[in-house]
Amino acid sequence: MNIDDIKREFPIFDDKIQNNDLVYLDSANSSQKPRVVVDRIYDFYTKEFSNVGRSVHYLAVAATNLYEQTRVSVQKYINAKDKDEIVFTKGATEAINLVANTFGQKYLSEGDEVLLTELEHHSNYVPWHFLRKAKNIKIEFAEINDDGEVTLEAIEKKITNKTKIISVSHLSNVTGAILPIKEIVQLAHSKNIPVLIDGCQGAPHLKLDMQDIDCDFYAISGHKMYGPTGIGILYAKKKWLEDLPPYQGGGGMINEVKKEGITYGELPNKYEAGTMATAQVIAFNESIKFMEKIGIQNIEKHEKELLVYGLEKLRKNNSVNIIGNPKEKGGVISFTIEGVHPHDIATILDEDGVAIRAGHHCCQILHDKLNLPATARASFGVYNTKDDIDKLDDAINKCKKIFNL
Amino acid sequence: MDLKDLYQEIILDHGKNPRNLGKFDNYNKDAKGNNPLCGDNVHVYLRLNENKKVEDIAFEGHGCAISMASASIMTDMVRGKEEKEVKEIVTDFLGMIKEKDSLETNILKEDEKTKLMSLSGVKQYPMRVKCATLSWHTLTSALDNSDQIVKTED
Repeated sequence: MNIDDIKREFPIFDDKIQNNDLVYLDSANSSQKPRVVVDRIYDFYTKEFSNVGRSVHYLAVAATNLYEQTRVSVQKYINAKDKDEIVFTKGATEAINLVANTFGQKYLSEGDEVLLTELEHHSNYVPWHFLRKAKNIKIEFAEINDDGEVTLEAIEKKITNKTKIISVSHLSNVTGAILPIKEIVQLAHSKNIPVLIDGCQGAPHLKLDMQDIDCDFYAISGHKMYGPTGIGILYAKKKWLEDLPPYQGGGGMINEVKKEGITYGELPNKYEAGTMATAQVIAFNESIKFMEKIGIQNIEKHEKELLVYGLEKLRKNNSVNIIGNPKEKGGVISFTIEGVHPHDIATILDEDGVAIRAGHHCCQILHDKLNLPATARASFGVYNTKDDIDKLDDAINKCKKIFNL
Repeated sequence: MDLKDLYQEIILDHGKNPRNLGKFDNYNKDAKGNNPLCGDNVHVYLRLNENKKVEDIAFEGHGCAISMASASIMTDMVRGKEEKEVKEIVTDFLGMIKEKDSLETNILKEDEKTKLMSLSGVKQYPMRVKCATLSWHTLTSALDNSDQIVKTED
């Protein structure tokens, strides 16, 4: 595959940003969008728009079909057994909230434990914290080791006979650690504990096979997968979606509504109340096709090469300290520079068009553990090149110069 | 935009070696402030005497060069001033950081104003304005005995 050709498919790189060529190293935050995705939104609104699942006129039927086509594409892409196991949400955050809320309602009571890890993004902690407040459940955190990874043993150590659900990241957005999710699922299932995987960072970069992983729930963010904002996916085994109560009430999710009672709709409508992000869902099909065209194995290989190159380059740079050293690592490099606060790093890098993120990356528990208030983070997407990493390194040197290091 | 406006020598100096860093014992007013977006925080301690004069002032916290330098310069600037004067300086500073071209207060000497104006470079970096203003809002909160933790998002 030719990265220059791929990069040309992203209109954002056509023009200068603040007089610089854009070096976009913030894909773990959100990826850029290929033209096919942007065009699809425009075409849908200008030529095909109608609401889905309700009216019987031509446009409504066509829109419904397009919407459902994305469901089938996602099902195939992640190798789910059934298309009804794909629920559209507004994002991965909503997907996790959906599970925490409905599973919590039905299966959690005072003293029960939810097992997370110290690596989790706030979106895989705060929804469980709501349950801690509402139902007095306990939240346990499997610990990270010195390399910034969470091992199977660390998970096992925290499982008790009170553990009712395990919810862990696939890939850390800070250390880049890839968790042994298949083994975690096997271990949990041997103790009859369901598992939710926060796949925000996993889905854009790793091959997914739900039937092989065998997890109960998997949350996906559309905008990190070269797709539009406003769309996420909850994969859930059908038995759970049939078993759990609905999440939000409204139009579209009902079967029959009477003054004396209501029955709920069949899957997948049961979890898709109200008018959904129709254009985004339809455009997300193009994101899936875009990734399929390149091939996830090729994306993985390319990002691995960038990671190896980036780590080598930054390790050679004095005063750069790389956070974590996991054996299995995705395309994320978090770092600090001794004597320069990450926000100052980000501002100085930005001056040269190098876009990174600085802060706690919505992982305050992890940063507290690392005893760092903030880190700087460069993260990769399919459009990045070794040249981008060279520019990152140059900008870091400029940063050191400004701070007289 | 020019990084040299933002990272002037004086900012780098105060950022690296903040003055008045660390709590002192006999403070009678204090307040905390934090920036939830980036995790920066500051705790301002001060002692007002019976004449409402700032006898001593210090801060604890961590943050970027801009926020540390701003807290450092601020504490230097308001020591020995009366509460009323401190409030005038705070208002003037916040006005300058947000919109005005210069400082208008007569309480500060010209060299003090020049020192404070070294922070004016953040105007060109809207995302960094909060770094410069956090400690100042926290100082106001301490003077007003507010129990509320200052958040830059408010």
